[in-house]
Amino acid sequence: MLTAATVVVIARSRNLFGVIVLGGLYSFLIATVMVALDAVDVAMTEASVGAGISTVLFLAALHLSRSEEARPAQKPWLPLAVSLAVGGLLMYGTLGLPKFSDPGAPIHTHVAPRYLNESPREVDIPNVVTAVLASYRGYDTLGEVMVVFTAGAGVLALLRRRRRSPEP
Amino acid sequence: MTGAESAMTWGNHFSYFVTVFMMVAGLFILIARGNLIKKLVGLGIFQTSMYLLYIAPGKLVGGTAPILSDRFTVYSNPLPHVLILTAIVVGVATLALGLALVVRIRAAYGSIEEDEVLDMDAPASPQGEQGPRQ
Amino acid sequence: MRHDLILRVIAKLLIPFILLFALYVQFHGELGPGGGFQAGVIMAAAVIFYGLIFGLADVRKLVPERLVESMMAFGVLIYGGVGVAGLLLGGNYLDYFVLDPDPVLGQHRGIFWVEVGVGVTVSGVMLKVFYMFADRGGAEDE
Repeated sequence: MLTAATVVVIARSRNLFGVIVLGGLYSFLIATVMVALDAVDVAMTEASVGAGISTVLFLAALHLSRSEEARPAQKPWLPLAVSLAVGGLLMYGTLGLPKFSDPGAPIHTHVAPRYLNESPREVDIPNVVTAVLASYRGYDTLGEVMVVFTAGAGVLALLRRRRRSPEP
Repeated sequence: MTGAESAMTWGNHFSYFVTVFMMVAGLFILIARGNLIKKLVGLGIFQTSMYLLYIAPGKLVGGTAPILSDRFTVYSNPLPHVLILTAIVVGVATLALGLALVVRIRAAYGSIEEDEVLDMDAPASPQGEQGPRQ
Repeated sequence: MRHDLILRVIAKLLIPFILLFALYVQFHGELGPGGGFQAGVIMAAAVIFYGLIFGLADVRKLVPERLVESMMAFGVLIYGGVGVAGLLLGGNYLDYFVLDPDPVLGQHRGIFWVEVGVGVTVSGVMLKVFYMFADRGGAEDE
């Protein structure tokens, strides 16, 4: 798959600008996969955030850092082994999960039918994702807005240029 | 399991395998590469594979996006979408903070390679205690 | 100079449409895909685009720093304000059905204002982060 090829090239490439642009490409590919999986809201957010804002911020940081990746000192055998071991364990674990598109899986039988069936009567807006996000689970969205605000405040605190007092 | 059954299981779980491959690749980039910006890109890949992990089980073949309409009766599950929407935005907030930190590290240490930064901080390094330049 | 000219012309053509699309996504979040987050990000992207092409001084005149900083906080306040309005009108915090005699219309109103709050904060924060990065790059110490 294209995403797998992109990820391998990202891992091996040393030119940081190329890595960042490939990261944006990867985000777009993932957004396309999301549309294929019927997650249209998520695809729009991932495309605009991952391929748009993330790439801009990475490029700004790269401009401020101005370097290329150094050649690694030794071959990364230990991290590779750790990653493959983790991957093997995860693949073994996922065999126990419900198979793809199984209507009887727990994810489909617990709360989701209630939201899908009751929201025309209670909230009456066609986009169920927005209804759940803003109304049924509105408190979580409040927390999320606060997280975004805190991140903005944090960046402000980190990067603010103070008027330099004269050096002693 | 018989051979045919296990082949069916592997086929049915293909989406999970793809997800795990992405996750492992992101993890590898995160821990094996020393450059801080590349680490953050690896973290982003890891996060994106997690979104796939949550959304893929929500899809129902033959269903449609969870926007109610008179023409459809089967919808894919909207709950993971809500969760992942929040996760994406929180992820970019984290990324912004991480990049701000990278910029400050570069200004203070002059390098964004992890081992060089650690060397400058190490007390018994042959280069002596350089420490960060304020 | 020729490259500059092409970029400027295309930017002038595209930016109004991007802003319009951001508004469309914001207010049609209930009818189709979209909502506050996507709209905020797209609006910030439009302004960042303007800043990249026309320079930081111009974009600072267009969207001053004070406005961006107040937008960041204002959005959160709108969201919290909707919750408090629910409290004052008799329900629990963030109850929407008390905002209007018809509970379903109350839900509509609540969702509308909440999404506006989210969109304002997200676009403010994204823009502010860009400003901070760009500001730092203008006068590097080393």
